[in-house]
Amino acid sequence: MLARLELGERDEVAVTEQLDHILQHFETLAALDTANVAPTAHVVDMTEAYREDVVTNLPAAEALRANAPARDGDFFKVPKIIE
Amino acid sequence: MDVTTLSIEEASALLASKQVSAVELTQAFLERIRATEDTVRSFITVSEDAALAQARRADERRARGETGPLLGVPVAIKDVILTKGVRSTAGSRILAEFIAPYDATVTQRLFEAGAVCVGKTNCDEFAMGSSTENSGFMATRNPWDLERVPGGSSGGSASAVAARQCLGTLGTDTGGSIRQPAAFCGVVGIKPTYGRVSRYGVIAYASSLDQVGPMAMSVSGCAHLLGAIAGHDPYDSTSVRRPVPDYVAHLGAGIRGLRVGIPREYFVQGIQLEVEAAVRAAIGVLQNLGAQVSPVSLPHTEYAIATYYVIATAEASSNLARYDGVKYGLRLGEGESLLDMYRRTRAAGFGTEVKRRIMLGTYVLSAGYYDAYYLKAQKVRTLIRRDFEQVFAAHDLVVTPTAPTTAFRLGEKTSDPLQMYLSDIFTISINLAGLPGVSLPCGFDQQGLPIGLQIVGRPFEEEKVFQAAHAYEQATVWHERTVDSRGSGVENTE
Repeated sequence: MLARLELGERDEVAVTEQLDHILQHFETLAALDTANVAPTAHVVDMTEAYREDVVTNLPAAEALRANAPARDGDFFKVPKIIE
Repeated sequence: MDVTTLSIEEASALLASKQVSAVELTQAFLERIRATEDTVRSFITVSEDAALAQARRADERRARGETGPLLGVPVAIKDVILTKGVRSTAGSRILAEFIAPYDATVTQRLFEAGAVCVGKTNCDEFAMGSSTENSGFMATRNPWDLERVPGGSSGGSASAVAARQCLGTLGTDTGGSIRQPAAFCGVVGIKPTYGRVSRYGVIAYASSLDQVGPMAMSVSGCAHLLGAIAGHDPYDSTSVRRPVPDYVAHLGAGIRGLRVGIPREYFVQGIQLEVEAAVRAAIGVLQNLGAQVSPVSLPHTEYAIATYYVIATAEASSNLARYDGVKYGLRLGEGESLLDMYRRTRAAGFGTEVKRRIMLGTYVLSAGYYDAYYLKAQKVRTLIRRDFEQVFAAHDLVVTPTAPTTAFRLGEKTSDPLQMYLSDIFTISINLAGLPGVSLPCGFDQQGLPIGLQIVGRPFEEEKVFQAAHAYEQATVWHERTVDSRGSGVENTE
């Protein structure tokens, strides 16, 4: 549901079995004592990447809009969101 | 002379002495692609016209007095990397019609150096896979044996080099996706240190692991290509502000006196005997060249696959949320509710493996499971990093097999995802620790399939990895054997 994917019934059975198998493998991590270990989110020491507040992107609005699945002039067309 | 048999350096010398023009060289490779592509299938898009236009510009630049090792050199780029005005699909049906509105930084840097892009190479969808069979378009074949996979996810980039369809390629490597296909296809490929190369304009899979790197027939070719793409980029906050050494200048420094660790956990049951024998023989060669070899231990190696697949799928589920049918890409379910449009678009646009990873990632990040899976995996990642830090305190390099086996058969592992994941067992820890690692040919099995040797270095010490790889390459003959000498029939039959 949260993944925003639609699955057929037959797919659901096969996928559930495979995911169970993979999650079982993930369980092997539980064997390690990590009570006093800090998590690693990133391997390089990140520093704040400050820069001047100026626009540097080249104007490419039309190239971006050209990939729209549906458009109306300069606008992206989407289904009605507010009921 | 068949210019498609040259190395990057040889071709570069011919271009510099004007014995061949960039247009002639590009035409020769486009001809070679026409002669081999029906069987190998390296490319999602071959961009003939754009390539010839770039080649003409390279010749004009040279006529004006410009020089450079990549000026006029034909290359190909993995289809997860954006190339302005050219279709960039990431191997996914959801982006089948996507025209990149700008160049990735690595693309731009290659083009500034004068490289000519002949096309976009096939890969597992969103770089998720180890065989290129997860491409939404087609399976690429291994040029050494057309019944076998080229490896993945950068399979098309590796097969294009091995089949001499271009002189070098760019791939991406999140868990082994440059090194494993390089090993399977008998070419050289390097994953640089995390932060060494910009990912701006690279379609994201797992952002704390993804890195771009080159493939070529020789170590020196990779050194030239990495030198062109490496370095800080203000558009990627994970790219590091450090000077880029002259990798080519370091190549001849040799391996004498370098301390090389051999991790015992990488020679375990399940490894193909010929692979183990070839890698042990290669370690002997390094020793004869003056390296100080000693056994080391990386005790948390067995946890790397689980750690990787928790972290990578979590990051992927988040990164791929953007494919919703709104601003670009496929859209289905027009006229239905917004949620139905999302679900139908993603169900139709994504392949099975991508859906599997999105579901796994969504699960391990969900409330109630976050600590048990995602946070736990991040902590184990710390243990894996520490293993390497301890080894690298007393060693300059670590040497291992790149993959436990040579190239497997098409279809052999597609029904069992976990078996497929295990083919990355020797490459995955290097991504978790963010280290640079190269794969280069170190022999062939009894069926004539190439075997890869992996050399890993400290963070930002690519030059040492290259110099060791170059010393080994120059002392051995493996790189001289090509798919043509094998006669695997890469040329179209009709």
